[in-house]
Amino acid sequence: MIGGLFIYNHKGEVLISRVYRDDIGRNAVDAFRVNVIHARQQVRSPVTNIARTSFFHIKRSNIWLAAVTKQNVNAAMVFEFLLKMVEVMQSYFGKITEENVKNNFVLIYEILDEILDFGYPQNTDTGILKTFITQQGVKSQSKEETSQITSQVTGQIGWRREGIKYRRNELFLDVLESVNLLMSPQGQVLSAHVAGRIVMKSYLSGMPECKFGINDKVLMDTRGRSNMDESSSRTGATSGKSSIAIDDCQFHQCVKLSKFETEHSISFIPPDGEFELMKYRTTKDISLPFRVIPLVREVGRSKMEVKVVVKSNFKPSLLAQKVEVRIPTPLNTSGVQVICMKGRAKYKASENAIVWKIKRMGGMKECQLSAEIELLNTSDKKKWTRPPISMNFEVPFAPSGFKVRYLKVFEPKLNYSDHDVIKWVRYIGRSGHYETRC
Amino acid sequence: MTDSKYFTTTKKGEVFELKTELQSDKKEKKKEAVKKVIASMTVGKDVSALFPDVLNCIQTDNLELKKLVYLYLMNYAKSQPDMAIMAVNTFVRDCEDSNPLIRALAVRTMGCIRVDKIIDYLCQPLRNCLKDEDPYVRKTAAVCVAKLHDINAQLVEDQGFLDQLRDLLSDSNPMVVANAVAAISEILETSPTAQQVLEMNSSTINKLLTALNECTEWGQVFILDAISNYTPKDDKEAQSICERVTPRLAHANAAVVLSAVKVVMKFMEMLEANSEYISTLVKKLAPPLVTLLSAEPEIQYVALRNINLVVQKRPEILKNEMKVFFVKYNDPIYVKLEKLDIMIRLTSQANIAQVLAELKEYATEVDVDFVRKSVRAIGRCAIKVEPAAERCVSTLLDLIQTKVNYVVQEAIVVIKDIFRKYPNKYESIIATLCENLDTLDEPEARASMIWIIGEYAERIDNADELLESFLEGFQDENTQVQLQLLTAIVKLFLKRPTDTQDLVQQVLSLATQDSDNPDLRDRGYIYWRLLSTDPAAAKEVVLAEKPLISEETDLIEPTLLDELICNISSLASVYHKPPNAFVEGSKSSLRKILPPRSQSGNVGDDQPSPPAEAPSAPAATVIPGVDSLIGDLLDMDLGGPSMQQQQMYPPQPTSQTPVQGGGGMDLLGEGLDSLLGGPAPSGDSLGGLGDIFGMPTAQSYVPPQEVWLPASKGKGLEVTGTFSRKQGNVIMELTFANKAMQPMTGFAIQFNKNSFGLMPASPINIPSALLPNQSTSYSLQLSTMGAVQRMDPLANLQVAIKNNIDVFYFSCLVPMHALFVEDGEMEKRVFLATWKDIPAQNEVQHEICNVQHNADTISQKLKNNNVFTIAKRNVEGQDMLYQSLKLTNGIWVLAELKIQPNNPNFMLSLKARAMDVYQGIQQAFDNILHN
Repeated sequence: MIGGLFIYNHKGEVLISRVYRDDIGRNAVDAFRVNVIHARQQVRSPVTNIARTSFFHIKRSNIWLAAVTKQNVNAAMVFEFLLKMVEVMQSYFGKITEENVKNNFVLIYEILDEILDFGYPQNTDTGILKTFITQQGVKSQSKEETSQITSQVTGQIGWRREGIKYRRNELFLDVLESVNLLMSPQGQVLSAHVAGRIVMKSYLSGMPECKFGINDKVLMDTRGRSNMDESSSRTGATSGKSSIAIDDCQFHQCVKLSKFETEHSISFIPPDGEFELMKYRTTKDISLPFRVIPLVREVGRSKMEVKVVVKSNFKPSLLAQKVEVRIPTPLNTSGVQVICMKGRAKYKASENAIVWKIKRMGGMKECQLSAEIELLNTSDKKKWTRPPISMNFEVPFAPSGFKVRYLKVFEPKLNYSDHDVIKWVRYIGRSGHYETRC
Repeated sequence: MTDSKYFTTTKKGEVFELKTELQSDKKEKKKEAVKKVIASMTVGKDVSALFPDVLNCIQTDNLELKKLVYLYLMNYAKSQPDMAIMAVNTFVRDCEDSNPLIRALAVRTMGCIRVDKIIDYLCQPLRNCLKDEDPYVRKTAAVCVAKLHDINAQLVEDQGFLDQLRDLLSDSNPMVVANAVAAISEILETSPTAQQVLEMNSSTINKLLTALNECTEWGQVFILDAISNYTPKDDKEAQSICERVTPRLAHANAAVVLSAVKVVMKFMEMLEANSEYISTLVKKLAPPLVTLLSAEPEIQYVALRNINLVVQKRPEILKNEMKVFFVKYNDPIYVKLEKLDIMIRLTSQANIAQVLAELKEYATEVDVDFVRKSVRAIGRCAIKVEPAAERCVSTLLDLIQTKVNYVVQEAIVVIKDIFRKYPNKYESIIATLCENLDTLDEPEARASMIWIIGEYAERIDNADELLESFLEGFQDENTQVQLQLLTAIVKLFLKRPTDTQDLVQQVLSLATQDSDNPDLRDRGYIYWRLLSTDPAAAKEVVLAEKPLISEETDLIEPTLLDELICNISSLASVYHKPPNAFVEGSKSSLRKILPPRSQSGNVGDDQPSPPAEAPSAPAATVIPGVDSLIGDLLDMDLGGPSMQQQQMYPPQPTSQTPVQGGGGMDLLGEGLDSLLGGPAPSGDSLGGLGDIFGMPTAQSYVPPQEVWLPASKGKGLEVTGTFSRKQGNVIMELTFANKAMQPMTGFAIQFNKNSFGLMPASPINIPSALLPNQSTSYSLQLSTMGAVQRMDPLANLQVAIKNNIDVFYFSCLVPMHALFVEDGEMEKRVFLATWKDIPAQNEVQHEICNVQHNADTISQKLKNNNVFTIAKRNVEGQDMLYQSLKLTNGIWVLAELKIQPNNPNFMLSLKARAMDVYQGIQQAFDNILHN
């Protein structure tokens, strides 16, 4: 298991050093600094073995987090733990910076003591941790309070405490999708997938049991009959395809996986506040919101002509926002003239790219940009490799066709019913790696 | 006010100042001081001098301060054991505190203080805590048992903590169960004696599977990892565990997913290969593996390293998922390189066009390593997918035109491989290659180019000039290049003897006289003597047809792959090395192995079932990775099978008349003699050759003669004998001794039907009468054309001998190695396929004790007896010899000989379709190796 955990600043100075196992000595701290942080060459792997000691590291802004071990540990778990550690620290004191780490080092030691025992990760749920590890110092707790804490830390529903009360029971569902695309210059889709997340904010009293319905093909086929009325009325309104094929989905630990496997139903008792209920991935029938058509022509050695057409491909009534097209330019660019019909385009020398921003763009529209790029003569034999043109945008629909069909809340012990809960659903499609080669 | 100020104090006298602050009466000041101490400790300052003062702060009701003091204690207790003992009272008291958080804190910290004296005080509180009413305390105590075991294993066992730990597996709280499992797994790994107490059985596994649904993500990982170490009793149990584990594949935590994959991949081995459930599992495994690729890059990296293993073990799982492994522009380099590796493994005729387009794109990227690997990948595609070879070659040519130095070099290296795979197909591009001669500065590329020139010397008009240009800086070249240049020039000379004598003389003298590299010198001498004594033989040797190269490279050796599959998600799977290669000490000496396929439920299914892989799966071929493959390529003139043939049938000295270009040869002979500058008697040279080839030692093992028919039973005739193998025949060596009073005549011999159809090839012929007290030896050649009947034991041979007195019957055992035929050498590729093809239950191990030879001698000894070493690997410091042999009746037997350094006991694993022969073969190995 994990033998020790170190946090360094960008210079390689140790900010936090917590050793869990005897086989990790002080020299391990230095070994990582010398061989990884101060290494001449860029790190080629997140796992490094130095003198039979293995180091796992991640980096957030300027801060290095490294877990050390001499054993054959579960590598995926170590990285998941480091990421979780970052999440916990962020929820306590915001951004991970040298200043923040130094300011909170006592707190970090306390957290590390709690969430890692002899190198074995323990309960890392921030909600629960915050009930008994606080920055204000521990108030002397009553017997009931402490036993409540311990039962939560170890409990079956470790992500929710009992006795939550809201005057208004309300929940928000955000369907957040990121569309990823790699397209050839000829307009052929090389790969495309949607990575979706469902983020839920729940403000519900008691221990509510929730059932969640989506338009996944598999779920609809098996559960379809019982909910026929509901689904037909909804899909009638939204039109388009009624169900989608989800390649794979993953759930927050509150979702009862065995039930999902056997009954194809998504049921859970949600944590209080915001959490990520589900992640999913689709690759079929994605409606790509934009298409980029590049045309690059090299005119001699000192000039290049670029023409880029962007077409929006969704209902005209909808508006895309924060549209940005990034057209890479060669390193030896000396000057750029840009003309675009819509939005603003600028050559940014520091980023080696023309950045074209369009604040809003309706569906089924077309915009064009043309640019002349002047090049310096260089003796460099190596060809410029032409990185792909990338795009950023935000659209108010789910490009995968994902739909929330229902979310029902049951709380048998308290006197509110499903109808009393105010529910909000929002769909946002964003660009992931949305790239067109040119 | 912030805490960061504690990091900045660097004044002199700091320790002294802290001391006074620690002794302060004010609580706040005390706390500040302890914080400063901890900060100093963090940055590596030695604050151990403050031990008693910090310890004084331990008695406090402030939990935060207590935790800080505990943290300090854990760090320094070991250096101040006597002082640390003073803290014991506080610990013991805290273990009985009414607040469960404090009880747990105390027991957790106490376990981390590795001072022997403290341990004695720890036992009682720990025992209480394991039975605490609060689950938080119990889960902490469970881990503490592992801590204690790490310090003093004996104590844990004596005090009965193992039993208590086992009882926690039935705890009502899932987190307690999870931590108990984690502790148990750790203890089992280090202490084999704990096995009896903690051994998992199906009822404990059931409890774990129940807890799996309810505990935290980390707990699920502990439980799944523990389950993966369990071996189900039959395929039904394996299947039911799989059924309960597969829902975990949808968990958001990648570690849970990968651990579930590990359990499924391992237990799949036990299920029947073609069952429907296997194909269900295969379908279920693909999506979660693909999803891992959208995680954080570090997780992706771990996932990709594991997918690499999964793809090698079961290619069918991801065969349709090529696209997800396409490299993204922003992927970190370590993700890019791993993706590329998997892409090549998944390449097939169906997706080659896409893959090739991608690879071409990658070859223009920035990162040098990545570009090189991409270029190499194009070559591997060409070798793997024959119909696409032409497209690959033209892509490579395009890349050569870019003139980017490292691209060109890498392309030339792979083109050499393509030439090996498809000889005489793409020579037209040689001209283009030659244009880039000057730019090659890496040894591998230079060596490859030289190989190409030598190989196709007859088609390159200026081959001599080209090679001569390399020769100028011969001394400064890398050995690889020197060896290659030597061989290439000899090839050139053999192809165009008339105008290249000077060149060949030059290179031979450079190699033999001016070099201090023994390999180069030896090779030079061999060529020299070959050329001077027998040019025809030289031609046969140097220009021999090369064996084809394999399609797959970089394959992980099968036993290692199986072990790594059992270690999915762990560091071993990331390094692709067995755990004991990077874990210290004798810990985890237990090698994890895949379970054998269960036999229950498929009785009557006698036929060997087809291999688990779908037919589309490329047959795994040669074991070695790239490096050794390249070694093979360059050194094949010496190490290849063609040479082995030479070794077995040494070239018969033919007449001295040169076959071709006679004048040139004669000249050369003289020239060489004078060059050698001294007595270089040509008669001796062949002997020298023999020496090099080790001919004189090549003798097969003949067991000593034993008495088959004692005189008492043979009416005075005593027959002793043995079996040997000469010139491809089984020989029965007989000695007849006449112990009677009268001469014996009219000898005849006959065999009963036997297992191998042995019969005398000709009648026995003893011309003169055998007089009393005389004996005569006779070598009877046997053939294997006789009638076959299975004998028991298998090698039993019943013989009848007749003479003028009577007919006598006796039986003897034919030593199995006399039946090993000369053409028992399997091709590597075939070997691997066969090895896989033969069901695992056919594999039988046998220990050969007390052998005093190293791997090379053994392989030579066995080879003398027609047991051929196909490949030799060094795995975890032990030599593995993979061998094949064939019996006279055509039965192939594959063997794996495991040789550990400093261990005279070897492990022999045999695999064959007919298992009856094993005993005899084991015996044969024993005899040969002990001879």
